Amino acid sequence: MKEHQFIHALRGVTAAALLALGTVGTSSAAEYTSIDPSTSRVLFQYTQMGVGMDGAFDRFSAAIKFDPARLADARAALDIQVASIDTGSAEGNDEVKTKTWFNTAAHPVAHFESTEFKALGGDRYEVAGTLTIKGKTRKVTAPFTFKPDGKAATVRGGFALKRNDFAIGEGEWADTSIVANDIRINFDLRALQGEK
Amino acid sequence: MPSTYTRTAIALHWLVALGLTGAFALGLYMHELPLSPFKLKLYSWHKWAGISLFMLILVRLAWRITHPAPSLPQHMPAHVRALAHTTHVALYVLMLAIPLSGWLMSSAKGFQTVWFGILPLPDLVAKNTELGDLLQAVHETLNLTLAALILGHIAAALKHHFVDRDDILRRMLPGGHGNPP
Repeated sequence: MKEHQFIHALRGVTAAALLALGTVGTSSAAEYTSIDPSTSRVLFQYTQMGVGMDGAFDRFSAAIKFDPARLADARAALDIQVASIDTGSAEGNDEVKTKTWFNTAAHPVAHFESTEFKALGGDRYEVAGTLTIKGKTRKVTAPFTFKPDGKAATVRGGFALKRNDFAIGEGEWADTSIVANDIRINFDLRALQGEK
Repeated sequence: MPSTYTRTAIALHWLVALGLTGAFALGLYMHELPLSPFKLKLYSWHKWAGISLFMLILVRLAWRITHPAPSLPQHMPAHVRALAHTTHVALYVLMLAIPLSGWLMSSAKGFQTVWFGILPLPDLVAKNTELGDLLQAVHETLNLTLAALILGHIAAALKHHFVDRDDILRRMLPGGHGNPP
């Protein structure tokens, strides 16, 4: 009987402790679970015969789980609808959907999947992950800043990729003296806290 | 007034004539091409040529202002002299306005002009599709007007040479009569 009472008491204490921990957890650190697509941007920059050009992907969706206090559990996945590309000109937009560029009919989605998050100090972090475009997967690392602002946060960062690694622009377009090999991807995302 | 053009004026005239012909032909040709690296290359070359010509024409205009042209032959009536003078002014105006309209058109279409891929020219207008289309129409119209005036300019020079038998054409030809520099 004594033993039973002891276990009962222990259970009570444990439950209280867990409850307390849980309360502390939700009040001091918040988990961000979604991206607001209407105020988020995925942009890119490239160079064409020395001329800097700006582009964007208009349609994308993200699945995130990010709490700056628990980076080990953080996850991010981004799906970009490649056909929503804006290269800066109508002629360019039609061209890059074709087989030699993104082949959007066969590969409509570009996908990023995080593997690891690191804190770089202050509001700076770094995410490593895999990027799959046109059926080709490469590892990428993107430093970013994370600035909380009420129940939302602004996430800004970017990374560089080589378009020839993903066969973006094959054949005569593979010549990097016209369209440069280096493409800069920048993201400006609005992360939202989940409902608790 | 001097009786001949300076060698510099003659050289500038023919250099500009050659450059305008080349840039004009390139513009007509590249416009119809399907998108390719070659087309992008030609567009860049055309823009580089246009900016180079703009500066060359500024030099030519400065030379023209500081070195008066020889007088027109006595046999020309006043209204023909006025027509010649008006045409020459219009040629200078168009030669300067055309590269400017091309530069503005490039900016409006979102393609900055970077001279020889090295020197970026500022975008004087922001990217704007309607403005880009309008400036393209302006660029084309100015070019066709210049082409028509140049045909008239050539016809007039040939008429002076073969009909009037004066020295108007000969005095602009290189390697002439011991012209001043």
